[in-house]
Formats: sequence, C-alpha cells, structure tokens
Amino acid sequence: MSELSQIVQFLCTGVTIGSIYAMVGMGFTMIYNATGIINFAQGEFVMLGGLIMVSLTSSAHIPMPLGFFITVICVMLIGALFERCAIYPLKKPSVLTLIIITLAGSIIAKGVAMLVWGKQTYSLPHFSGDTPLIIAGAAILPQTLWILGILCCVVYGLSLFFNRTMLGKAMRACAVNPIAASLIGINVRYMVLLSFALSAALGAVAGICITPMLLMEFDRGALLGLKGFCAAALGGLGHSGGAVVAGLLIGIFESFGSGYLSSAYKDAIALIVLLAVLLLRPSGLFGSVEQNKLKDF
Amino acid sequence: MDMTRHRDLIAFIILVAFIPLLFKNPYYINILVFIGIYSIAATGLNLLMGYAGQISLGHAAFYAVGAYTSGILTLRYQVPFPAAAVLALAGAALLAYAIGMPCLRLRGHYLAMATLAAGEIIYIILNAAVPVTGGPSGIAGIPSLRLGPYDLDTDTGHYAVVWCLFVIVLILSRNILDSRIGRALRSLHSSEIAAGSLGVPVARIKLQVFVLSAVYAALAGVLYAHTVTFISPQTAEIMFSIQLITMVVIGGMGHLWGGVVGAAIVTVLPELLSAFHDYELVIYGCILLIMVMFLPGGLVRWVQRCIEVRMAPLMRKRS
Repeated sequence: MSELSQIVQFLCTGVTIGSIYAMVGMGFTMIYNATGIINFAQGEFVMLGGLIMVSLTSSAHIPMPLGFFITVICVMLIGALFERCAIYPLKKPSVLTLIIITLAGSIIAKGVAMLVWGKQTYSLPHFSGDTPLIIAGAAILPQTLWILGILCCVVYGLSLFFNRTMLGKAMRACAVNPIAASLIGINVRYMVLLSFALSAALGAVAGICITPMLLMEFDRGALLGLKGFCAAALGGLGHSGGAVVAGLLIGIFESFGSGYLSSAYKDAIALIVLLAVLLLRPSGLFGSVEQNKLKDF
Repeated sequence: MDMTRHRDLIAFIILVAFIPLLFKNPYYINILVFIGIYSIAATGLNLLMGYAGQISLGHAAFYAVGAYTSGILTLRYQVPFPAAAVLALAGAALLAYAIGMPCLRLRGHYLAMATLAAGEIIYIILNAAVPVTGGPSGIAGIPSLRLGPYDLDTDTGHYAVVWCLFVIVLILSRNILDSRIGRALRSLHSSEIAAGSLGVPVARIKLQVFVLSAVYAALAGVLYAHTVTFISPQTAEIMFSIQLITMVVIGGMGHLWGGVVGAAIVTVLPELLSAFHDYELVIYGCILLIMVMFLPGGLVRWVQRCIEVRMAPLMRKRS
C-alpha cells in the first residue's frame, strides 16, 4: 500500500468515526443551549439507538428504513421520558445535582440495556453491502459514504429547522435568554423537553450508523459520549457548527494516531485533546472567550 | 479539649474498637475492612462534593494510582510499606494538582468532564502499559501489610490498620473543616461570588480540597493493594468512581459522617442482594436518582431530623 493510499485510508476511517462524534457533540450542544445542562447520558442514546435497531431489524425482521425511523422515535421517547421524570420535577437544581441526575440516568439506561440485551456484542448489516470501493488505492466502505451523507442531511436539516421554522426559532430564543423567551410567550419547559428529544434522536441516528462498523454492546455508551463531549468542547460548547468540525477533526486525529503511533492508546487521544482544550483554550476553537466567561457554568 | 463537642467522635472510636469483639466470623471482619477502605475515599470525595460543591468522576483513578504505585514499589523495588505509601500519596497529589489546576479556575461541568477524561486515560494506560502494570491481568503477589517488625497480615491486623487510618482521616477532616479553610469552604458553597469578594481565594481553596480528596482516595487505594495483595485495572473503572459518588450521596453530601454511612450501605447492600446481581447497575442508578430528587441531604441528615422531630415533644415537657 502506497503512502498516499494509506493517508486516504486513515482519513476515511477518521471522517467516519468523526461524523459519529460530531452527531453526539451536536446532541450535547443542543441540550446545553436549551438548559445549561451537560447531559452525561448522551452516550447511552447512541448505545440504545444501535441496540434497538439490531432488535428491530435482525430479530423482528423489519426493513431497514422503517426500522431506522422506529428506532429514532423510540429513543426520542426515552429522551423525553427522562426529561419529564428526572429533570422536569426539579426546582432550581444546582449544577452538582444535575450532573448526578444525568449520571444516574446513564447508569439506569446501561443497566436496563444489560438486562434486555445481555452482555454480548451485536452487529448490524451494512446499509448497502460491504464491498469496498477502491479510491486512490484506499478501500472505502459504502457505509462511510452513508454516514457522511447522513451527517450532511442532519446538519442541513437542523439548520433549516433552527432558521426557518417557528419552533426552531423559539428554541434558539430559549438558548439566548430563557426568561426573555418566556416573556414573549414561548413555553420554555416545552423547549427543554424538545431539546432532550431531539438530542436523543441525534444520538440514535449516530448509534444506528456506527453499529455496522464498530458493533455495539451495552457498555459502549460512556466512551462514545465522552468523545462526543470532546467534540462539543473543542468546537466551543454551545456552538453547533463548531461541534461538527471538531468531531471530524477528533476522528481524524484518532485514526492517524492509532495508525502511526499506537493502537492501544487510540481511545486516549480524544481525551488528551479534551484535557488540552480545557487547559489552553476553554472556549474551544470557535467559541468566543468573552462569551465563555458569561456562561453559567 | 472540649469533650462535649467531640462526643460523637469518641463514641465512634469506642464503637470501632469493640466491633471486632462482636464479630468473630472472618467474613464479617473482611467486609468491615472494605467499609473502612471505602470510607476513607468517600470522606475525601465528600469534602470535595459537599463542601467545595465540585464533583470528580475520576476518583477511581486516584485510588488506582495509589494502589499501583505502592504495589509496584513494594513488590519490584523492595521499598518498605510506609515509604511506598507516602510516595503513592505524593504521586496522586501531583496528578490531582495537574488535573485540577486548569479546571478549577472554571466551574461546574468542566471539572466533572476533565476528571472523567483523566480517569479514563489512566484506565487505558493501566490496560496498555503491560510491562509496568501487567495490563488487564493486573499484578499479583503484592506484599501484605507490615509495619517494621510487625506482620499485620491477619483479618484483625487489616481491621486495625484501616480503621485507625480512617479515624485519623476523620479527625484531620474535622479539624480542617473547623479551621479558616473550612469556614472559607462553607462560604464557597453558599455563594462563590460573595466568598470571592470577601477575600476568599476561591480557585486556590477548591484546588487544595481537590488534591486532599485525591490523597484520601490514594490512601484507600494503597490499603486496598496491601490487604487484597492483588490489583487490576478494574480499580480504575468509571463504575467505581460512580460507586464512590453513590456512597457520598446516600450518606449525605456535606456531612462529615456521610462518607462512612454511605460506604457501609453501598458495601453491605450487594452482599445482602447478591441474588439481584444482574440488577446492580439499575439499583445504583435508581438509588442515586431517588436520593438526589427526594433526599438531597442524605440519610444522615434525614435520620437526624427524624430524631429531632421525635425528641421535640420530650424536650418541651422537660423544660
């Protein structure tokens, strides 16, 4: 394999996994913007998405596209249920309380997933076969193209939603200033519910997309979530576009790092990036330093 | 010394001294040893969560750093136990300082995520650096507890060492909380801005508490390594950090006795519910959720309040 084709190969792997981090990172951003909460259960949505899809398509033999929608809706309902049961009843919670609550949510999700699906690893068939395309000497799986395409659709869809629809604009208003938003008649609690549901949906999409390539088991969520948070932090917390770029970057770092440095330390790369961001530039690549100081963090 | 102020402490020390006489069964003594070890770590985490209002999701990493440092030093380099333990604590303190310094300038979620990431990195290193740490299979044959000429490798020996150290930790923490730093800490918890404007060095105090709590966790890890004589990367798993948090939340955040009460419950519960082993994760999650939502003060305060309510009519009658 030539040097060039190797680089292309690493780049493709990186972009594939990076798209997943980007989607998870956007999920973090969405909830953070609406509520100021970092949802530690974000990674569990990815795991649930993957496993529910496996059950629907492999065990219940529902066709893939239909299974995709049912899975996303199921995980959305789970996200909304979590918000109603654990976040909604709180009165003036502290940051510490919120961290513990979302943490508890993530353990419950993991525990229930272990009871339902057991400890084994599951796989899904690739969306359209697994014969690789040869581009510049590198083997690229069609799934990579699917994932990139889905990421583009998600980003485009969300930008339409936030810029063109009344509901999306109302959510943005809540992100800017919840009190002002409620004064002009926006139901802020409903927007919080919606942000949890949407971010659960994003996690589910990421989970469905990555399961054919990485497989899925009940305890995968935490690490995927943490890496998604790395993307959100590197992009500047609260900055949705930043999370996408940062997610792709982290995926590429990780893939080159595991190729050229050491595959045993692959998982540490994103985390080192996170620590470096927190140390050097807590506002991230795209967030502004002044704005970061004002955040209720 | 003002005896009435320290009534609870003295009663506790007497209790600790007499419990081994009640339980002759080595199985119970063993559980008590573990409760002691976890109490040390949970008391440290409680200082951080309950008083500084910060959370660490990587405390298992400090525990593991303590265990591995002391274990490797005594096993491979024949360093005597007390010296190895001191080096292990110093190592954990340095690590905590390096992680905490950048993060504690920031607030809330950042320390949580940074400690989670740092903990995960240490877990990965313990698994991957096979020549040093033995990789996933861990290190066996760590020398057991020994102080100079005294061999303490019996159940009662373990019990004595662990609980003596816990009592020292408890007295130290209590003195810290009663000192200037303790008052500054409590002021932090009610309002960081107000505390800062009154001249409390907010970031420095948070960092000091974070380092102290990491040292407690490392001490617990050292004791674990030398009582069990075997360590594996499992000691650094996120789940153990979450168990420590559960202990603090159950016992009572910001209550000195919260750590030991929580540690006792979280250690004994799985032994009682061993039939529900598969449900462990769900049970932990539900306990955390229910405690935070309905009993945020923890069990210790709840019991205190119940007693006060019961006692109130009696007190009135007497006066």
